[in-house]
Amino acid sequence: MRKVKSIFVQRKNIVYTFIAILLILFPFMNDSRSMMILFTQVFIFAIFAMSYDLLLGFTGIVSFGHAMFFGIGAYAVGIFMKQFEPTLPYFLLAVVITILITAIVSYVVGLLTLRLKSHFYAMLTLAFASLFLVLAEKWRTLTHGNDGFTFRTPELFRDRLDFYLICLVSMIVVFLLLNRFTNSPLGKVLQAIRENEQRTESLGYSVIQYKIIASVVSGVLAGFAGILYSVSLRFVNTSVFTMDITLDALLMTIIGGVGTLIGAIIGAGLIEFAHHWLTELAKVHWIFERWIIFFGIIYILVVMFFPRGIVGTVRNIKMKSKKRVIEKSEQQKAAG
Amino acid sequence: MSIQLKLEDVETYIGQFHILQGISLEVRKGEVTVLLGRNGAGKTTTLRTIMGLNPSTKGTITFNNEEIQSLPTYSVAQKGIGYVPEDQGIFSELTVEENLKVAMKNESDRTKERLDYILNLFPDLKKFWKKPGGLLSGGQKQMLSIARAYVNDNELLLIDEPSKGLAPIVVEKVMESIIEMKDKTTIVLVEQNFMMASTIGDQFYIIDDGQTVQNGAMEVLKEDDEMRRKYLGIA
Repeated sequence: MRKVKSIFVQRKNIVYTFIAILLILFPFMNDSRSMMILFTQVFIFAIFAMSYDLLLGFTGIVSFGHAMFFGIGAYAVGIFMKQFEPTLPYFLLAVVITILITAIVSYVVGLLTLRLKSHFYAMLTLAFASLFLVLAEKWRTLTHGNDGFTFRTPELFRDRLDFYLICLVSMIVVFLLLNRFTNSPLGKVLQAIRENEQRTESLGYSVIQYKIIASVVSGVLAGFAGILYSVSLRFVNTSVFTMDITLDALLMTIIGGVGTLIGAIIGAGLIEFAHHWLTELAKVHWIFERWIIFFGIIYILVVMFFPRGIVGTVRNIKMKSKKRVIEKSEQQKAAG
Repeated sequence: MSIQLKLEDVETYIGQFHILQGISLEVRKGEVTVLLGRNGAGKTTTLRTIMGLNPSTKGTITFNNEEIQSLPTYSVAQKGIGYVPEDQGIFSELTVEENLKVAMKNESDRTKERLDYILNLFPDLKKFWKKPGGLLSGGQKQMLSIARAYVNDNELLLIDEPSKGLAPIVVEKVMESIIEMKDKTTIVLVEQNFMMASTIGDQFYIIDDGQTVQNGAMEVLKEDDEMRRKYLGIA
């Protein structure tokens, strides 16, 4: 049985490596600039969706305010690049500041809210995110309000190909780190909390502390995704703090499959490509301009028929077939 | 024998309902103390109150001469009290191995020794080592739940109705395992199955309407038909 599992893991790793190599080679084989930009967006949102998956899929925390961390990252880099020089040291300083602010905010928000039942927590995170949205709208001297502002980026990020590769490598690194994190003893405790909070507590774990750890890691990664997002646009406005951003992460995670990480990447790809193609179809029929309607329908169908998302459903089917094989072999053993 | 756990006039509310209305009991080190009583008498709430899952509103709970009634659940567990709930509380998506590893506070030699001991006691757990807990049968889940509470160096185990919903042959296995564990740890057992309770138990407490109404050596209860009929509805 262990042999079968290790073969399965090896095969999975080969497939992942193959896809990563394909993605690295893609811009050298295809000169479509718009596809390269689209893929860059997929990588950025995949990081954001994975950070959300850590909360929702691995710890069972539903947050409606995840956009606040994304927005903090987006504004931190925008403000630094605008107020100071668009150089790499200032960019790195913006990254450090983002990590610090997102860690502090997620820690404080977590401390204040994670003791509450899930729906109260979700509503409070929404309130905190709205607070940041209002702050960004009103602090016009720094943020230029709703209009936002453009900024220049360090030389390294100006070339679209370089930036594509940076985002791809970032996504792969975040995936590997989170994969390691969720398979560590700490990650297993988070999964135990997701399944049964009281039971985990009565095993001697302070559930709130573990939830805060998940919230901080998730917040920092969402902030990092926000940095890459605003650098990709070279522009930032208050839209980065809106509920739409959180809903995107929620959709990507649920459609791809919660608690799988790879599902978040697949979900990000599907949503971004669907958005792109449906918008293109607007030339064919006006209904496609309202692409959000189609997302709504897809979301309802997924929740109704594939509540575990794409990856979760595939894993379920595989698990069932494995179970059948085991039962069959046990029956044969018993008969023989 | 020294008193390991002591409850004095403990009262607990769940919402607006006054469930425990004065529980007093003493658990001696190295013994199995059985809590008996009709359905809804407050046996499970007593265990949950000791764990801090339903905090008490009055009275004191002393464990190893230290008051624990105001501690959060995880601190109570860290003091060395293991809890096996009625619904087993298995983490269904974690494997048997992960379920046990999450429960292990450390990987010391002593913990490993206890793990080996419990795996020998429940060989089925070894067989399904890499399987998700959700795929186990009811009996195997109960074994895993007991193993999880035992694997740490807990001084006291609170076990809630381990025979509930299990086939007689599995009940026998679970009973044998608790008898084996008796030598290594103190146990408070809630059990409706009187045959099992009387075989394992050293002393008993009868809980009725949220109060402890009778207690004594298990031998006394075995011989007192009247008391059994009055409080447990069995002759």
